[in-house]
Amino acid sequence: MAEVTNNEILDALSAKFGAKITGVNEPYGLLTFETTKDVIIDVLRFLKESDTNFNFLTDITAVHYPEKKHGIAVVYHLHSMVKKVRVRVKVFIDEHHPTIPTATVLWNAANWMERETYDFFGVKFEGHPDLRRILNMDELGVHPMLKQYPLEDPNRVDKKDEYFGR
Amino acid sequence: MNHNQPVYTDNDPQSELVTLNLGPTHPATHGVFQNVIQLDGERIVSGVSTIGYIHRAFEKIAEHRPFYQITPLTDRLNYCSSPINNMGWHMTVEKLLNIKMPKRVDYLRVIVMELSRIADHIICNTIIAQDTGATTTFLYLFQFREHIYEIFEEICGARLTTNIGRIGGFERDFNEIAFAKINKFLKTFPVALKEFESLLDRNRIFIDRTSGVAAVSAEMALDYGWTGPLLRSAGVDYDVRVSEPYSSYEDFDFQVPVGTSGDIYDRYLVRNAEMWESVSIIEQALEKLKHEPAGVFHADVPEFYLPAKEEVYNNMEALIYHFKIVMGEIDAPKAEVYHAVEGGNGELGFYLINDGGRTPYRLHFRRPSFINYQMFAPMSVGMMLSDAIINMSSMNIIAGELDA
Repeated sequence: MAEVTNNEILDALSAKFGAKITGVNEPYGLLTFETTKDVIIDVLRFLKESDTNFNFLTDITAVHYPEKKHGIAVVYHLHSMVKKVRVRVKVFIDEHHPTIPTATVLWNAANWMERETYDFFGVKFEGHPDLRRILNMDELGVHPMLKQYPLEDPNRVDKKDEYFGR
Repeated sequence: MNHNQPVYTDNDPQSELVTLNLGPTHPATHGVFQNVIQLDGERIVSGVSTIGYIHRAFEKIAEHRPFYQITPLTDRLNYCSSPINNMGWHMTVEKLLNIKMPKRVDYLRVIVMELSRIADHIICNTIIAQDTGATTTFLYLFQFREHIYEIFEEICGARLTTNIGRIGGFERDFNEIAFAKINKFLKTFPVALKEFESLLDRNRIFIDRTSGVAAVSAEMALDYGWTGPLLRSAGVDYDVRVSEPYSSYEDFDFQVPVGTSGDIYDRYLVRNAEMWESVSIIEQALEKLKHEPAGVFHADVPEFYLPAKEEVYNNMEALIYHFKIVMGEIDAPKAEVYHAVEGGNGELGFYLINDGGRTPYRLHFRRPSFINYQMFAPMSVGMMLSDAIINMSSMNIIAGELDA
């Protein structure tokens, strides 16, 4: 099977989605780009079903950037086992209305990954068959990986960050 | 028990179904996780998995720790093969920092990682045997995990949660006793493994219990994100060591065993075959070490490699570097990096975002047990309860890795 370069993948994507593909970068050789939530499933489906052959969903997670306008980045890692190439897709969404369509329509593996992302970041995956918390207790009430939640109770007086170099 | 799900009860007098709470602390689950299953006789009608009983918020903690303090967190993911997690993390940081290891360090790492893989597979395969009723094989082969832990103890001082190595190499060289123990292990283990195989491979009872049970097609395995021995048993030859070699795995000559049907018997065979390959890789690594300069156990990167205490007390530069590393003030590029290693259960990935602060901005672990396990409840439907139990054993679900 012929190898495929990052530029070829990018050309194919740009031809299909045009200006929806932005923020292209190649940190450590891994093609990374941003897209928008209205086309994310189409982008993933295109990557999965076209010649690029990204048959495997490695991971879904999110990152919180409180200072940005669209403060939550949902990050997809896809892998083409046939062509031995990976790609990273990011979608920035509004942290006050964090919704994005579910990828479970493409991979069943997305199910728990999205539940985990919902649990920790509050991202609501629209159309997910069973969007519940997965690792935290149901009564938790917050999405703890968001940056506004401190690691420890800030009211503790016996442990001051300055003593620990933090 | 999840409150949003219908609670299965057997109060309905019309119902013939029985609800069984399998776990959280059930001897057959070999870990702290729960399945609420509904049984019609001995056949499973439906199941709901509940996990998170030992969730320890590692990703949140990691955002508050300098790089070198994250290694002990990775110990506690898959605690059956902690060194693979440790080194996966070290290699992620080294990738971020663009550090290249001397070959000798790579080979030493390969030895430790393959020993861990053997330990991991010993646990899984002997537990399958145990759950099918063969206690002898369990007790017989399990002692070799102890021998592997003795080797780890010689190398790093710890057994289970090893915290082995450093960013940039090892904390010290392997001593003579460690090499002697590795050599002894390589002599005694193949004999025992051969005997283990002769007890089970052609065992009628074992084959009846495992062959054709919980078979998974390659398409389904890929769809559910399976990696590692589970995916290979379904016939997909995906191994991170081969597809994206790290730590000089490209220098080694080894096979990637694959199965055909993805049933429990195939998973058992694949893991056994991988143990043979691991033994061969360790032998090759020992041979290669003879051609490498002795005494090299870390890269020459004083700004990232935590110096020995003796140096810190007697050498000004070492003291400065020590201080900077401990306080997380190393000069790391602002970048994001994904690095994957082949863990005992599959692709163990680290997604690290560094923003130039003392700690990672974000660190996400791609945990194979977590992703492999989500198929368990759907695939159990229609299965006999006793088959579901060995299916769970053969997936080698490690609660630490499942819950992070």
